[in-house]
Amino acid sequence: MGGEIKQIFEILETNARATPEQISTMTGIPAAEVEKTIKKAEKERTILKYKTAINWSKLGEEQVWALIEVKVVPQRGVGFDAIAERIYRFPEARSVYLVSGTYDLAILVVGKTMQEVALFVAEKLAPLETVQGTVTHFLLKRYKEDGEILEGEEGIKRLPVSP
Amino acid sequence: MSTPQVDPVKVLQKLASERVNNISPSGIRKFFDLLSSMEGVISLGVGEPDFVTPWHIREAAIYSIEKGYTMYTSNYGLSELRQKLAQYLKSRYRLSYAPNTELLITTGVSEGLDLALRALINPGDEVIMPDPCYVSYPACTVLAEGKPILVPTTEENNFVIKAKDIEAHITPRTKAILIGYPSNPTGAVMTKEQLTLVAEVARRHDLIVISDEIYERLVYNTEHTCFASLDGIKDKTVLLGGFSKAYAMTGWRTGYAAARPEIIEAMTKIHQYTMLCAPIVAQMAAIEALDRGDKEVEVMVKDYDRRRRVMVEGLRDIGLTCFEPKGAFYAFPSIKITGMTSEEFAQRLLLEEKVAVVPGPAFGQCGEGYIRCCYATSLEDIEEALRRMERFIKRHT
Repeated sequence: MGGEIKQIFEILETNARATPEQISTMTGIPAAEVEKTIKKAEKERTILKYKTAINWSKLGEEQVWALIEVKVVPQRGVGFDAIAERIYRFPEARSVYLVSGTYDLAILVVGKTMQEVALFVAEKLAPLETVQGTVTHFLLKRYKEDGEILEGEEGIKRLPVSP
Repeated sequence: MSTPQVDPVKVLQKLASERVNNISPSGIRKFFDLLSSMEGVISLGVGEPDFVTPWHIREAAIYSIEKGYTMYTSNYGLSELRQKLAQYLKSRYRLSYAPNTELLITTGVSEGLDLALRALINPGDEVIMPDPCYVSYPACTVLAEGKPILVPTTEENNFVIKAKDIEAHITPRTKAILIGYPSNPTGAVMTKEQLTLVAEVARRHDLIVISDEIYERLVYNTEHTCFASLDGIKDKTVLLGGFSKAYAMTGWRTGYAAARPEIIEAMTKIHQYTMLCAPIVAQMAAIEALDRGDKEVEVMVKDYDRRRRVMVEGLRDIGLTCFEPKGAFYAFPSIKITGMTSEEFAQRLLLEEKVAVVPGPAFGQCGEGYIRCCYATSLEDIEEALRRMERFIKRHT
């Protein structure tokens, strides 16, 4: 991909609300071309979706996050993909990754209560045929997500006028 | 009984040395005082990045404190830093400087500039520099008892100092040419061809060139030419550089001077009595910046470039003429259509629309009719500032 075109995606990744006109000003690429590139990327699922990063705890919303290690038996012909799909289809699974090391799949689960997450593991995840075992780590505090520091971000401390 | 009124200006004039009285007060300080009493101001008046120093650089500095690096360093600076700096200049500009004799670590380019001028200038020596230019150039020249010779630059010539104009200002007292490109306040850069002509003038008239290249890494869609890398001019050049702008390290106060051994020795003579050495923690941070800071520099430059386009196009859209700045992080639009002086424009814009800019004449007479707008601020703030300026311009044209 050309460096110029790549800039469109870099800008959108940090600010999904940037309009084609704004991106055009920032990059020098004509707005029509920016729009065409975005439309094409949406169609091809290069752009998956536009979302907003929300700090729910500031709204007083309780959320329980858990990182679950899953050990599975790979299946002939499909390896880990089939079992991974069985898992990622559950809406509770926020993220699903195949990883190297002592376990195979890492799953990020989000629920309203600890019990809800525990039930998902006990009733949905653990009973799956090829799942050999799970280890659940409840997240105690989230410091940084998707590159954003949730609390204690540094403000700008510079003087308002300087030479 | 009434107490007699005391005029602080007169008191200062009486108390202070002639040296101090000979330099004009900063045109920026007045704005700072006004600004500090106001709320909701968007400031385009800053002269530094809005990024915080990259974390790995800060972390390296913290680690160095933990390890007890709290002492003086050699007057020249840490040997490891000078070696890495020599490698940097070699790989970036194919310039060979001996780390032990041709490099000096300073507390920012500001100190480097002061040292260079004091080390080279005799009372009455003339130093040629562009107008407008960074506020310290004329002031430090006067403090060194030299005479600043300001060569007008214009928007039509993209605020570049022309070799033939320099030559026209040379007298038997001319000792040096002082240039700073990319430029603060205009954002102008000079091409290799333009700089080569300046180098030829310097060679022909046996002049020293002090080249402040603090913004060397902040150029957009163009290449920076290091003055010292031009043919046959290295021995006549004092290259001043630093970490403040590229690595967002303004508050660390770390820079360097690169020049032939005799000049570095002369500068170090002053440095050893006045500064002793640059702070060791900042020097440790600078080592980390040179080792692993390039990735962040690239990200920041890309970001500045986007904001630059928004700022320049925005200023043009609201009816101001603005030449394309290709370096640093300043736009320098003309406000002549309003009929106001730069100072009046800046003051009224601040009071009426709460946008702070710096009047061009703070950087020299040729800055009259212009304002300096720094785009090292968030895109949201730039866009809001432009909206406010648009209202202001509409009201006053």
